[in-house]
Amino acid sequence: MLKKIRSILAVFCFIAITLLFLDFTGTIQGWLGWLAKIQLLPAILAANFITVAVLLVLTLVFGRIYCSVICPLGVFQDGVFAVSRSRRSKKMKQAYSKEMKWLRYPLFVLMVIALVAGLGSLVALLAPYSAWGRIVQSILAPVWQFGNNLLAGIAEKHESYAFASREIWLKSLPTLIVAAVTLVAVSILAWKNGRTYCNTICPVGTFLSFFSRFAMFRPVIDRSKCRSCHACERKCKASCIDIENKKIDYSRCVDCFDCLESCRFGALEYRYAWNKGKAGDGATADEGPAAGAGRTAGAVQAKGAGKDTGEGPDSVAGKTTGAGTDSGRRAFLLGSAIALGGSALGGSAISASAQDKETDDKKRDGGLAEILPKTAPSRTLPLTPFGSESVKEFYDRCTACQLCVTVCPNNVLRPSSDFAHLMQPQMFYAKGYCRPECVRCSEVCPAGAILPITPEEKTSLKIGTARVDLDLCVVNSKSVSCGNCARHCPVGAITMVRSNPEDPDSLMIPSVIEEKCIGCGACEHLCPARPLSAITVDGVEIHHRI
Amino acid sequence: MKEDISRRDFIRIASEGAALAGATALAGACAPKETAAELARKEEDPSAGKMEMRTNTGNGDKVSLLGYGCMRFPMKKDDSGKDIPDQEVINRLVDFALLNGVNYYDTAPVYMQGLSEEATGEALSRHPRNEYFIATKLSNFSNYSREASMKLYNDSFRYLRTDYIDYYLLHSLGRGGLLNFNARFIDNGMMDFLQGEREKGKVRQLGLSFHGNQNEFDQLLALHDKYHWDFVQIQMNYWDWQHADGERNVNADYLYEQLDRREIPIVVMEPLLGGRLASPAASVANRLKERDPQASMASWAFRFTGSYPRILTILSGMVYMEHLQDNLKTFQGFKPLSEEELEYLSKDIADIMANYPTVECTSCKYCMPCPFGIDIPGIFSHYNKCINEGTFPQDKEQENYARLRKAYLTSYGRAVPADRQADHCIGCGECLSKCPQSIPIPSQLQHIDRYVEKLKRGTLHKGV
Repeated sequence: MLKKIRSILAVFCFIAITLLFLDFTGTIQGWLGWLAKIQLLPAILAANFITVAVLLVLTLVFGRIYCSVICPLGVFQDGVFAVSRSRRSKKMKQAYSKEMKWLRYPLFVLMVIALVAGLGSLVALLAPYSAWGRIVQSILAPVWQFGNNLLAGIAEKHESYAFASREIWLKSLPTLIVAAVTLVAVSILAWKNGRTYCNTICPVGTFLSFFSRFAMFRPVIDRSKCRSCHACERKCKASCIDIENKKIDYSRCVDCFDCLESCRFGALEYRYAWNKGKAGDGATADEGPAAGAGRTAGAVQAKGAGKDTGEGPDSVAGKTTGAGTDSGRRAFLLGSAIALGGSALGGSAISASAQDKETDDKKRDGGLAEILPKTAPSRTLPLTPFGSESVKEFYDRCTACQLCVTVCPNNVLRPSSDFAHLMQPQMFYAKGYCRPECVRCSEVCPAGAILPITPEEKTSLKIGTARVDLDLCVVNSKSVSCGNCARHCPVGAITMVRSNPEDPDSLMIPSVIEEKCIGCGACEHLCPARPLSAITVDGVEIHHRI
Repeated sequence: MKEDISRRDFIRIASEGAALAGATALAGACAPKETAAELARKEEDPSAGKMEMRTNTGNGDKVSLLGYGCMRFPMKKDDSGKDIPDQEVINRLVDFALLNGVNYYDTAPVYMQGLSEEATGEALSRHPRNEYFIATKLSNFSNYSREASMKLYNDSFRYLRTDYIDYYLLHSLGRGGLLNFNARFIDNGMMDFLQGEREKGKVRQLGLSFHGNQNEFDQLLALHDKYHWDFVQIQMNYWDWQHADGERNVNADYLYEQLDRREIPIVVMEPLLGGRLASPAASVANRLKERDPQASMASWAFRFTGSYPRILTILSGMVYMEHLQDNLKTFQGFKPLSEEELEYLSKDIADIMANYPTVECTSCKYCMPCPFGIDIPGIFSHYNKCINEGTFPQDKEQENYARLRKAYLTSYGRAVPADRQADHCIGCGECLSKCPQSIPIPSQLQHIDRYVEKLKRGTLHKGV
């Protein structure tokens, strides 16, 4: 029964969270966005004390339910493990294995240090919720969008507007590679041994284990009934039941309740375990005292945790096993190499076709001029979304879960390929600009990296400043009148001035009134100069009202 | 061309009888659903099924009232994604049209991204040269030099695979008045040359196509005594009859009257206003359907224009077989409109249409390609479609606003890719001089852009 409830809740949370990363219309985020906000690491980063406290109390009372129900990566591993278990021969069943303390705790400490040091992308690499978000957004979302586009194609034939086509494009190759590597690594670990990732690598799992080992309710072995048949041990995906010694390692138990149903003798029970040894004819010797001391110890821990979060953004995450990180970094290097090669190739193709066109001077009606794709300019400071307060604040808090990337309707947000902020989102204006009426990313961010704002607030927030490169401006390079940037600036921060003050008939060139500019990128996106816009937005260090 | 007519008659008879089966084969899935009963009915009515023919009072040419506009032949993408004529389909269209008595084919060097003459020549050259009339034009729009003009002229013969052209036009005169005319045809000696060609019979009839205002028209017509225009091509339909704005263009009733008085044969272009009269606003469509539930919108427009006797032929850019078939229904056994019906269309119906603020674009694509990649006709036709269909959100408070808004923005995205939408128009004005309708394209695009921006921001209020 308990297992059934756990399974149903887990499947609900899993599907819901996965949908959060698929639904680009922003509908599901409106109903179920809270599921992202109750994820532990984002809650800690958002300094959402109530959520963190509730989660810790939950763990202290019921054990690591979080890992079996709320965490999408955990549920995913359960799915992989279930398939793998159903195909195994008897010999290959699970068996108790010792806790890998030498890896588990150092990794955790490393993650805490990384968090405090502001190495956000390192943390993001291992945090389970973000890892799952990345996997869904990078790998599954394109498939989802492809399906949407198929439906949109059908809808178009029937003059229906139920579906609108979305452009599918590679937002960040390194992120895709990291996501793929994560997916493969976690899947292999889960296939072979169940919850290895959660109990060895996952910083959230380790953090919760500090509380779960003192949990009020837990599965307990009744020594008088146990016949040492090992059925439960073979079932345990966390490899934490030691039937030889009739012990369960509660730091690793994720409360999946699989063991309860596997016992034919009724020797396993999920029950109140704080009333000392009494309950435990079953409880092991070293467990009794622990349970006794549970209340105080737990409280102390909880306090400690509260303090931690108060002091600053600390997230857990970290390094994968050596192999994981290595492959991540290698993937990144490979990714950049491919990207560089690709852009070089693209560049030559473009210049070739431009030449074709010049030689062809016959006047013709119809047809469309080729449009060169825009390339991202270099910015003195990166642009982070409206609501993120400052560049540093944003990168400190962001867990790179990609939820904002999913919901951005204007193709402005995409994962960064900078090494320092790998996978954390960055704004770019080649495919769209940050439209004044849209505040979707600020509504969904679970980590407080983007704080909620209203569209009204948005137009008075400054995230960047535009600068004009007059050499690239078509007014100069092609001697045409333009002013498209000024026409589309939502705050009137661009003024058109005469290119030659002496000559009243000279063409007008744009000039930015820096104080008024908010950095939304309308000018940069709509600038006709290609591939580099003649007007570029640089980020500002601290976002502020204007 | 007497024996041609008898041959044509023969073809027509064939087309009515056995060839309907052939037509089915030719037209594939688009074949008309004409039944034996309908055929029988046609046989009873002696006029039914016969293509309406008009006689060129100048030289006696018997020209079908329906002419084929080769500007809108279907295109397809080749392997590299470039637009090319869909020759197989074009051949079928031309075969079917010829078979059914359409004998006037109008093309120009610039049509279809410069590929129309070649495609037309390919399709027509498969038939005896004396079965059809070819019309093409001197489209020296950008380069007025004699060399460039001569090249266009000579290329036309090569592409059309012919050694004479029946109807040759000075392409799109009017705007810029005499200045433009002199620069394009007098200063470079082309007019003298073409008159010589007319005498030699290389050009059988020499005329001009006109877009412009009354003053410009009068100037050109005054040259009739000097150059003798064998025919003039004008834009004429029940909207333009009396609803021209007067500044950029002129009422077609004036044009008609002036030409009629001089007994100059008239070729009509844009009888459907680039298709806008074929799918007018619902309120217009309903009224016309009430009068005759069986008649298509296009048939009303054609019958309006064809009711005037000085009209030699009416050009229709038929893209698909169903256009051709519907038009044939109108022009075979052509029935002119009554006085009352003519007035009803040009007054009552046109007045209703005036309430719909559509852009007067006929999708002729003369403005294209825009150097900045804007899909100008695509944007306008989407806008017009939404206005005519009444799916045009007007006010945030209106009923169904959210649904209309979504429909508008979604269909806009489908019609025109984001990079080619109105917000990317920089207003360079390159297109302005190219538009035969004299649409102030940049300001119209900016108007649409502001409208879309309001829709996106949710700040659309009536009258703002």
